[in-house]
Amino acid sequence: MLTPQLEVQLIAVIIAAACALPGVFLVLRRMAMLSDAISHTVLLGIVLAYLISNSLASPLLFVGTAAMGVITVWLVEMVSGSRLVREDAAIGLVFPALFSIAVLLISRYTGNIHLDTDSVLLGELAFAPFDRIELLGIDLPRALIFGGGALILNAILLALFYKELKLATFDPALAATLGFSPAIIHYGLMTSVSLTAVTAFDAVGSILVIALMVAPPATAYLLTDRLPRMIGLSVAIGVAAALSGYWVARWFDVSIAGAMATMAGIGFGAAWLFAPQRGIVAQALQHRSRRERFAVQMLTLHLLNHESTGDAAIECHPRHLIEELRWPPAFANAIVRRAEQSGLVRRQGDVLCLTEQGRALARDL
Amino acid sequence: MAFAVEIEDLTVAYGDKPALWDVDLRVPQGVLMAIVGPNGAGKTTLLKATLGLIKPAAGSVRIHGQPYEQQRRLVAYVPQRSSVDWDFPTTVLDVVMMGRYGQLGWLRRPGRAEREAALAALEQVQMADFAHRQIGQLSGGQQQRVFLARALAQNAEVYFMDEPFQGVDAVTERAIIHVLRKLRAAGKTVVVVHHDLQTVPEYFDQVALINVRRIAAGPVREVFTEANLRATYGGRVALLGANGSAGAVTTPTPAPGD
Ligand SMILES: Nc1ncnc2c1ncn2[C@@H]1O[C@H](COP(=O)(O)OP(=O)(O)O)[C@@H](O)[C@H]1O
Ligand SMILES: [Mg+2]
Repeated sequence: MLTPQLEVQLIAVIIAAACALPGVFLVLRRMAMLSDAISHTVLLGIVLAYLISNSLASPLLFVGTAAMGVITVWLVEMVSGSRLVREDAAIGLVFPALFSIAVLLISRYTGNIHLDTDSVLLGELAFAPFDRIELLGIDLPRALIFGGGALILNAILLALFYKELKLATFDPALAATLGFSPAIIHYGLMTSVSLTAVTAFDAVGSILVIALMVAPPATAYLLTDRLPRMIGLSVAIGVAAALSGYWVARWFDVSIAGAMATMAGIGFGAAWLFAPQRGIVAQALQHRSRRERFAVQMLTLHLLNHESTGDAAIECHPRHLIEELRWPPAFANAIVRRAEQSGLVRRQGDVLCLTEQGRALARDL
Repeated sequence: MAFAVEIEDLTVAYGDKPALWDVDLRVPQGVLMAIVGPNGAGKTTLLKATLGLIKPAAGSVRIHGQPYEQQRRLVAYVPQRSSVDWDFPTTVLDVVMMGRYGQLGWLRRPGRAEREAALAALEQVQMADFAHRQIGQLSGGQQQRVFLARALAQNAEVYFMDEPFQGVDAVTERAIIHVLRKLRAAGKTVVVVHHDLQTVPEYFDQVALINVRRIAAGPVREVFTEANLRATYGGRVALLGANGSAGAVTTPTPAPGD
C-alpha cells in the first residue's frame, strides 16, 4: 500500500481539488468571506451533532454541519437584509457569534475529546494517515475517503448544474425570470461549501479550507477570462499549492497546512503581479504604452499645426517641444525616438518634420 | 382590445417607504410603450415587481390574460446594463445563449440549436463579429446590444427593457430602435423605461407617466401633454419652443443645484 507520506500528499491534493470547485463560484459571487464564516461555524454543527449522538463518526455530523452552513448564510442574509449593516459587517457579526458558542460548548461539555480549537483551525495533516477506516475491504485513511467523497460530490454537482450556477452567478435577475430560483442555487452552493468544509477541516483545518477555496480561484481569475478554464486552472493551482506546500513543510520542518496556505498565497501574489493582462506589471506596461502612444499623437498634431505657419524652425525644435508640451526632457526624447522609429517624423538638421505617414495620422486625429 | 400586460393595484414598498403606490397599467398588444418619470420615480421597481423580482405589497400582473407566473415563457427582461459584472469570465455568445436557458429547463445543456439561435440574435443587433469576445472588452453600447440580443434569443412575446438607451452611442441607439420596430412589426409588445423625453413621440406609440403613482398612460398623442408632464416632474419641465408637433415636445431641465 501507499506510504503515509504519499497518503498525506494524496489527501491534500484531493481536498485542494474538492475545495477549488465550489470556490470558483464563491469568488465570482464575491462571497469569499462567506467561506471564512462557514468553515468556522460548521464547528457548531459538529459540536451539536456530537452532543446529540455522542460520536464523532455519526452521519448526524454531516447533517448538522450542512445545516449549520446554510443557517450561517441565512443569518448573514437576514442581518444584512435589515439594511442596518452591510454584508461584510453581517458576516463579521454572525460568524464569531456562532463560532464562540461552539468554543464555549466544547470547553464546557466535551473537554476530554479530540475536538480542540487548535486542531480545528490548523488541522494536523501529518496525523491523517493514522486515522483509518475500512471501505469495501480496503483499509484507507478516513480523510482520504471523506475528501474523495467531497470531491466526487462537487464534481457531479458542477457537471449537472454548471449552466444554472453560471447563470445565477452572472445574472440572478435573469435566472429568476427564466424560472431558475437563484435562492435554491445559492443555498445549494452553500450546502456544498459547508459539506466540503466539514470533510476537509478535520484533516487540514479551517484556515487551509478557506485558503484552498479562495486563493486558487482568485489566482485563476487573474489568469483567464473563460469560466471552464478558470475552473480547470483553480483545481491545478490548488493541487500545486498542496504539493509544493507539503515539500516546503518537509524541508523547513513547519506546519503542513500552514505551508500549503502560504504557497497558495504566494501563487496569488505572483499572479497579481505578473498575470499577462490583469497583473499589476502588465497593467502598468499597458498604461505606459497608452500614454506614449497618446504623446506621439500629440507630437504629430503639434508639428502639423506649426507646419503651415512660418515659425516651423523654432517651434519644431526638440528643445522648444519640451517647453511647449511641458514634457520632461527624458520623456520628450523617448517620444521623439518612438515617433522616428514608427516612421512618423524625421529630423532635418535641428528641426523635426512630419513624414507623409505622420501627417496622415495627425489629420485623422 | 387585447392586452399584453395588465397591472392592477401594484404597490411596492422598501421598508415602509412606498416606491410605487396603487399603480394600474394596461399595455395593448403590439405596441412600443415608454415608461417615463423622474429619477427615483419607481420605474425600475415597476419592471422588477411586474416580473416577480421584488415582492409587491399588493397587486396583480397578467400577461396575455394569464397570471405572470404561468406566462414566464412569454416574457423577456433586459435589465439595466450596470446590473451585472462585466468582468465575469465569459464570452458574448455565451451570454446571449443564456436567453435560451428558460426553454431548456434544469439539467439540459445548451447545444447546437441554442448556439445558432444566439448567433442569429447577435446578427440582428449587428454584433455577430463579437461573438467570441470576452464581455469585458465591450463598450457600453455594445454591452447594451448584447443584452438586447439575449432577450431576442428568448423569442418572447412581451419585452421589458430598463433604460436601454442610457449612455449609448448614436449607432447603438439606431440599432436598438430598429430592432424594437421589427419586434412591433412582428406583433410583439415592448415596454421601455426611457429617460429622453424628446424622443418619446418619435419612438413610441404609448407612454406611461410614473411618479410613485401612475400619473397618466395611453397613446402618446393623448397623454404626452405639458400638463401631465408637469404633474409628473413637478415644475422641472420646460417647453422647447412652439414646434410641439406630436404633443408637447419637452425636456426636463435640471433643478437648481441638481
Ligand atoms: N433595494 C432598494 N432598497 C431600498 N430602496 C430602494 C431600493 N431600490 C430602489 N429604492 C428606492 O425606491 C425608489 C424608486 O427606485 P427606482 O425604481 O430604482 O427608481 P427609477 O428606476 O424610477 O429611477 C427610489 O427612491 C429608490 O431610492
Ligand atoms: Mg431605474
